[in-house]
Order: sequence, then structure tokens, then C-alpha cells
Amino acid sequence: MFDIAAQLFEGQDVRFGPIDYDKDPQVEAKWTHNAEFMRLYDVNPARPFSAGIVKKQYEKLEKRMEEDKDLYHFMIRAKADDRLIGKAEVQRIEWTNGNGQIRIGIGAAEDRCKGYGTQALRMLLRFAFAELNLFRMSANVPEYNVGAIALSKKFGFVEEVRRRQALERDGRRWDLLVFGLLKDEWQSQVNPE
Amino acid sequence: MKDLFRGELVRLTAEEPELSAKEQARWARDTEFHRLADSDPAQLYSDKKIKEWIEKTIEAGFKPERYSFSIRALHDDKLIGFMGLWLNLIYSEVWVGIGIGERDYWGKGYGTDAMKLCVRYSFMELGAQRVSLGVHEYNPRAFRAYEKAGFRLEGRTRKDIMREGWRTDSLWMGILREEWMHMQNGEQP
Repeated sequence: MFDIAAQLFEGQDVRFGPIDYDKDPQVEAKWTHNAEFMRLYDVNPARPFSAGIVKKQYEKLEKRMEEDKDLYHFMIRAKADDRLIGKAEVQRIEWTNGNGQIRIGIGAAEDRCKGYGTQALRMLLRFAFAELNLFRMSANVPEYNVGAIALSKKFGFVEEVRRRQALERDGRRWDLLVFGLLKDEWQSQVNPE
Repeated sequence: MKDLFRGELVRLTAEEPELSAKEQARWARDTEFHRLADSDPAQLYSDKKIKEWIEKTIEAGFKPERYSFSIRALHDDKLIGFMGLWLNLIYSEVWVGIGIGERDYWGKGYGTDAMKLCVRYSFMELGAQRVSLGVHEYNPRAFRAYEKAGFRLEGRTRKDIMREGWRTDSLWMGILREEWMHMQNGEQP
């Protein structure tokens, strides 16, 4: 029997919550004005967004969640004051193959390197493997995102693919890595025998 | 100047919605073909629906990101397959998907020839820096064809696909512009 009282969306210092249309757009709009965040979070070109556009993006996102059923998206909030600190998602789920992609971003520089990403990833993996019952998770990481590479390796992700020179930034080409983690690999970390 | 649309065994032509839809609806009923080409569950759509899709891509018209072709055998001009290219304009990367639906034309070099045209077109017309594709581990014939066209294995996502309870890897391949240029210098007089 599983522990039904174990809360999937509650970590030690952070929790997953839904979008807050009143407060979140301002916060995320501010993140998008930080090019470093944008480059780490997305391979699409960094560009600043207004709060109004961010709000529209949220509406589109929730519409996709409802209609396509291949996407689960969470806001990462500090447990102390419910402040928005990042985003976590499982996307591009192929239900028949049991695979999907994960992505996590911690928005503000002062919230990085405090273990929030680690806690969020632990919750996201548990959600993907134990709630969605998926079999494998992938993460696409540019070779210059050393933080994400270290975090992935910490959770046992294996570097499976190196797409050579797939990106271009700062006047040079960069490899795009695909990391993978299988359910049994995740399970052996959660319950080491 | 080389004819971009003409290889040694095949040529690339525009899609004709009526004919392409009819043939693709027929090929889709061959589940071996479907499973070799795709990772989705097999799904049967009418030729009417497929025609609408093809017309939509043609009308959406000449978007700079999307290039689709029919593949015809040179010797009998038969429509034997299709090829779709997606150009990422930001990073100058082309993703390619190809299907040779006519079983009688499998294993005879038609796919390889079409892929050679795809690579040439991507580098010489679209200005791509790399061309990328994915292929199932259980499709070694396609894998060899891609190798012959110059693609290299860049990794495998483990146990990515499940068919009939069996889990298999997805293989990722790519060819860089300079690799292809070297091939041309080596091969051509």
C-alpha cells in the first residue's frame, strides 16, 4: 500500500502551486528582463516580456494543459511566504511510450544555489514516475548550462545524446545534450536496497 | 550547377494533395511502415482528412520553416514516398522526416538517394549548419541509409519507445555542414 498522506506538492522549503494571475505575471515579467535567466531556461532567443504578455502566455499554457493532456505545469513557491520563485513542468508526454521531458527554472539570481531546484526536481520526478506512471524522463540541456548538468547528474540522469553544434550563442556553436532517467534508476535512489 | 531536386534514383516534386492523400492513406494501413516511420500509435485517417492537411501546409504557404516534397522514382515516375523538412531559423538546423511508403521500393537505395538530396538541399539552399533526424533502433535499414547519406550517430535515448510491450531505444543522428563539405571534396572529381 502507498502512503496516501504523503503530499506530492509539498517540499521542505518549496511547494508546487497553480498560477496566480494577479501576482505572478509581474514577477515572471521581471525574470524575462534578465538575459542570463532566459538563456538558461530556454533555447529560444532571450527576449523581455511585459506582464500583460506573460498573462496571455499563462492562458495559452492552461488551455494546452486542458486540451492536449501532454503537459503538466507547476509554479514553484517558497513555503514561508508563498512567493513565486520558479517553474517546473513535464512536457511533450507520449502516453503510449511512457516518456516525457522535464524542465525547471529558478527565476531570480538570489534564489539560485539554495537547494530550491533540487527540491523541485525531486518533487517533479516523483510526480512523473509515481503519479503519471511514466517510464522515462528526458532533459534537454545546452552544454553551457553547467548548473543544470550538475543537477541532472545528481539525480542519476545519464548523458545519452550530444547533438553537436545545435545552438548558437555569443558567436559560437554549442552542443545540446539530452539526459535521460529511467523509472527503475529513479526508484533505486528513492528506496536504496 | 547541380539539379537540387534530381538524384540518381529519385526526384523531389511538389505534393499534389489529391494523389498524395490517396497514397498516404493507403500506406498508413501498412502498420509495419507506420511503426518504422513513426513513434505514435497507428491511426487511420481518410484520404479526405489527409488531403485537407496537405492543402493546409501548402496554403500556410511557403512558410520559411517548412518544406515538404513528394518522392518519385526516376525510372517509372511512380510516387513512392514523402519527405518533410523543418528549418529552425534561429539556429540554422534542419530536422527531416522521410517515409518510403511503397514496399516494393524498400531496400533498393531510393531512401538513401532521397536523403542525399535532402542534405544537399539543406546545406546548399537553406543555409543549414546541421541536419538532424531520429530513427528507431528497430529500423536498421533506415539507419544504414542515413549513414550512407553522411549522418553520424550522436546518441540514443534508452528504452524510449514501447511496441508490443518491448522497449527500444531511439537513435539520434546528425550531419554538420563541414562534414558534408568534406564528403563533397572527397567524392567529386
